[in-house]
Amino acid sequence: MSYKKRLDGRKFDELRPIEAKAGIIARADGSGYFKIGNTIAYAAVYGPRELYPRFMQNPEKGIIRVNYNMLPFSSKGNRVRPGGSRRSQEISMVTEKALLPVLNLEEFPNSVVDIFIELPQTDAGTRCAGICAASIALADAGITMKDMVSSVSVGRVDDQVVVDLNYDEEAYDAPVADVPLAFLNKSDEISLLQMDGDITEEQLFKAVEMGKKACKQINKAQKEALKNKYK
Amino acid sequence: MEQENNDHLVKALEADVRFDGRKKLQYRDITIESGVYKNAEGSARVTIGGTEVLAGVKMEIREPYPDSPDKGTIMVGAELIPLANPEFELGRPSIQAVELARVVDRGIRESGMIDFKKLCIKKGENVWVVSIDIVPMNDEGNLFDASALAALVAVKDAVFPKLDGDVIDYSEKTKNKLPLDKEPISVTVLKIGKHFIVDPTITEESKIDARLMTSFGEDGTIHAMQKGGESPLSADDLKEMVKIAKTKSKELRKFI
Repeated sequence: MSYKKRLDGRKFDELRPIEAKAGIIARADGSGYFKIGNTIAYAAVYGPRELYPRFMQNPEKGIIRVNYNMLPFSSKGNRVRPGGSRRSQEISMVTEKALLPVLNLEEFPNSVVDIFIELPQTDAGTRCAGICAASIALADAGITMKDMVSSVSVGRVDDQVVVDLNYDEEAYDAPVADVPLAFLNKSDEISLLQMDGDITEEQLFKAVEMGKKACKQINKAQKEALKNKYK
Repeated sequence: MEQENNDHLVKALEADVRFDGRKKLQYRDITIESGVYKNAEGSARVTIGGTEVLAGVKMEIREPYPDSPDKGTIMVGAELIPLANPEFELGRPSIQAVELARVVDRGIRESGMIDFKKLCIKKGENVWVVSIDIVPMNDEGNLFDASALAALVAVKDAVFPKLDGDVIDYSEKTKNKLPLDKEPISVTVLKIGKHFIVDPTITEESKIDARLMTSFGEDGTIHAMQKGGESPLSADDLKEMVKIAKTKSKELRKFI
């Protein structure tokens, strides 16, 4: 058996349709929207603002805090119970780490930049969409950034290496691997990498290369979104 | 400064002008979309001015409550996520979130909008539970009216998922809509000094003495009410506020 044609008809290195917007939540200091296929992420940035509890304050540098959350009606299956889960906690943490390398925390001592990611509709690749939206939101908030962060999941479905798996591909009845990645755009360094499933070294490295290329395209959409806000 | 601002607000209201140029009983622009999210059985996005509220419906199967073996039920939740307003916090639902959810819940439940008996699959064994979740995405005031509208539109949009025996196949939606009898519309009227306004901004919300939410059926029957704010209301206040709410509910009804 082999995976000759993708379930939704895309080429193996083809992203789902992307829509990116900046400044969609007026009350936030910065905000971003990133839609890829049927996965939709909103991100809002508040801060830098004073960090409480006070003992967490550091006069040398600030911190960022990420909260990733799926809305109750966002999932293809049952209602998602509000209040967070171990999964959402972990995703919040790896998202934080994915964004950290581009920020100058020294610029906001004693302070926090809060990043809230909310997903009203999901179809795989949610943490990646969240990172893309958050990166737009940080830039929109005027936080100094050394680079933009773009993110996509790559992987393997049966004998094929593919970009941007959707839900049906993740659930495909054959060996599947899902590798969420985030790239810093200028340096091409990787700031998020997780993986589950089965994959060979060769497939992995090929997938990473494909992910890098796809992230260039995502980066373009992110920049375009920021420019469009001021048109 | 605070007091000064307050005085300005009241002075402006004397002349029937608000900080954003509206009249006292004028809503901001309203937009309503339904069927915005496909993983929900029903969904809606409502904006009133800058305020944006999403609502989504999910349906699940449960055992009925022992005291009503032939009735399904609804559950209304509201999440005041910190994305929408810098004053909202993570963690347990705040009392504001609980009040918002309960007020919207009563508007729907007490109006008899949904016939709970028609949510029964098998008496004593399986019934539908309809979860309606409300999520403000940008709070610029008047979450009450925006949330009630969003919940109503999402419920109207909802269809049952496919049932395979007693297992739900969420990937397939049926064409069967929720059995709806009535469509209650809620209007919140605010009292500032001796003035009454509708559709408050955040600034106005922080200045109010009292508020009254009233939910009306199509025939003008009142189905749910909630008084809020720190000041008491006189019987005359109440009459005036209900009158305003009724007039405005007819205006809002045109949008659904």
